[in-house]
Amino acid sequence: MFDLSGKKALVTGASGGIGREIAKSLAKAGAEVTLSGTRLEALEATASEIEQKSHILQCNLSDLSEVDELIPNAIKAMNGLDILVNNAGITRDNIFMRMKNEEWDQVLAVNLTAAFRLSRAVLRPMMKQRFGRIIGISSVVGVTGNAGQANYAASKAGLIGMTKSLAQEVASRNITANIIAPGFIASAMTDQLNDKQREAILTKIPANRLGSAKEVADCAVFLASDEAAYITGQTLNVNGGMAMI
Amino acid sequence: MSDIADRVKKIVVEHLNVEADKVTEKASFIDDLGADSLDQVELVMAFEEEFDVEIPDDAAEGIQTFGDAVAFLTKAVD
Repeated sequence: MFDLSGKKALVTGASGGIGREIAKSLAKAGAEVTLSGTRLEALEATASEIEQKSHILQCNLSDLSEVDELIPNAIKAMNGLDILVNNAGITRDNIFMRMKNEEWDQVLAVNLTAAFRLSRAVLRPMMKQRFGRIIGISSVVGVTGNAGQANYAASKAGLIGMTKSLAQEVASRNITANIIAPGFIASAMTDQLNDKQREAILTKIPANRLGSAKEVADCAVFLASDEAAYITGQTLNVNGGMAMI
Repeated sequence: MSDIADRVKKIVVEHLNVEADKVTEKASFIDDLGADSLDQVELVMAFEEEFDVEIPDDAAEGIQTFGDAVAFLTKAVD
C-alpha cells in the first residue's frame, strides 16, 4: 500500500509489543530498519521475523550517554536515517500524593527527554537530505489524563507539545513530525486483566474491543510514507473512539 | 578578495538566493539577506562541509554577517 523502499528507519522500544509491530510493518513496506531497545533477546526475535536486512542496537534510554550515541550508531549502521520512531516508553504508576521524585524523573527521562535528544540529533542529517519523518508514540492519556499516571500522562502530553513545536520549525525542509496516540491496545499487559476489568474498559470504547499493535503500526507506516508529506504537527488518535479529540 | 571569501560568498548566494553584490562585509544574514534562523544553521553546516571544519554552537552564534563568517573560517582553516 505505502512504499518505504530505500528508506532507513530507527524504532526505539522495539522489544515491546507496539514497537516490535512498528518495526516489522516499516520493514514490510520496504524500509531498512534498526531495532533499538533494552532486551537483546526480544530484539533478536523481532529481527528474525524481518525478511530483509535489519540491525540491532541495544540501548537503555534512561542513560543519557547511551541516548546520545544511538543516532550516530544508527546512521553508521544504515548509512543514513530517514524515519525516527520515538516509541520507547516506561510507566511508574502511583497516585499523585505518593508519587516519588524518582518515579517522576525516570518516566520523564525515558519518555520525553530521550525523545527530545534523539529528535534533535536526527535534524542535521534530515535537513541536509531535505527529507525526514519523526513519529512519536504518545497515548490517549496524554490528552485525557489518567488517575495514577501523572508522570506518564505528563510525558505523553509533553511529547505532543514538543512535536508540534518541532514540526513548525522544520516543515519548510520537508521534515514532518507527528504523533500517534493509541488508546487501549492488546498487549501482554492487557492480557493480565480479569473479565471484570476488561468489561469496565470496554464500556468506555465505542468500538467495543481493544486495538491491536498492528493498527498502531499501520498508522506509523502511513505517516512515514510520501503520501503523508502534507501532514505535520498532528496527532493521530488510534483509540476505537474512546476519546474524540 | 581572498579565496576563502569567494567560497563563502558562493555558498551564501546559492543558499539564500541573493545577488552576489548584496553580500558585503557587513551584510547580516538575517537582517540584510533574508535568512531565518534555520537558514543560518544550514549556512554553518554548509561552511563546515566546504571547509572541512567543525563550528561549535557558541562560535556559530557569533557568525552573524558575511564578514564574521570569512573571519572565522580564515582563522579556522589556518
